[in-house]
Amino acid sequence: MKLLTHNMLTSHVKGVTQGYPLLIKATEVKVNEVEFNPEFVVKMIPKLEWSALVQAAEELGQKQDLPEQLVADYGTDEAFLKKVHRILLEVEVMEGSLKCPESGREFPITRGIPNMLLNEDEV
Amino acid sequence: MSASYPTPVYSHVGRGDFRDVYEPAEDTFLLMDALEKDAERLRQSCCTDVNPAAAQCTAKTSSSNKVSLQPVITSLVDSLLSRLSGKVDVLVFNPPYVVTPSEEVGSRGIEAAWAGGSRGREVTDRFLPVVAQLLSTKGSFYLITIAENDPEEIITSLCQQGLQGESFLTRRAGNERLSVLRFLKG
Repeated sequence: MKLLTHNMLTSHVKGVTQGYPLLIKATEVKVNEVEFNPEFVVKMIPKLEWSALVQAAEELGQKQDLPEQLVADYGTDEAFLKKVHRILLEVEVMEGSLKCPESGREFPITRGIPNMLLNEDEV
Repeated sequence: MSASYPTPVYSHVGRGDFRDVYEPAEDTFLLMDALEKDAERLRQSCCTDVNPAAAQCTAKTSSSNKVSLQPVITSLVDSLLSRLSGKVDVLVFNPPYVVTPSEEVGSRGIEAAWAGGSRGREVTDRFLPVVAQLLSTKGSFYLITIAENDPEEIITSLCQQGLQGESFLTRRAGNERLSVLRFLKG
């Protein structure tokens, strides 16, 4: 699970109103080099919840110098876009779990894939 | 198959760990042909499946073909809907469209790949209400149907959500009359 995916995932357990962002408990994280595509990163940034991304990066010990606030003129700031590229697409949680901040329900991450399925009594 | 994109490597599908995963067939290839124009936009994308083995299989297919797909195991878009509303540029759904008894709908195994229940529409009809909500202002939605699904009725129904739809690509495969419907917002 890349952090781009994590940024889009919400817990939808019945009754939960604040199922976001999911807390990450990682037991295996890898960082893979991915070809840098600045246009893609620029297109993704407006779709992100920035604070959730920073929090996720922190939880994985991968925050480095990612700024707490989104920089203003990011479109032309290549150094910044590279940092966002790294955290969104290169850092990947292989094993661990995601925890709903409200209900505490945990969703397993196995071989890089989060399993968000709920039991019948949870929907 | 298209001239510009080679057939992906998928020899792992349907065997070993992935024996409970439906193999690519005519519907898959028709959809791929329809998506050619949007292929570059799909190089980094998120996909969902209710069958955990299918999601793992997708990860393998993606790495074997050097594209980056991010599978999530969830039913339709359950865990993505709230965050992806209004943000999806290309939405693709190859639903279980085969006409079957309603009891066969809703498993999390390989039957989930084809069992569409009454008119083959039961799963598609659960998804259609969120399509307009998910799409960005320049978003497009591709949907596989067969004639039994009444594609014209789907086009009419999504038109009421403000989506312009058409039958984009059609092919006969054995007894199935397959169509890819394409919808645009605005």
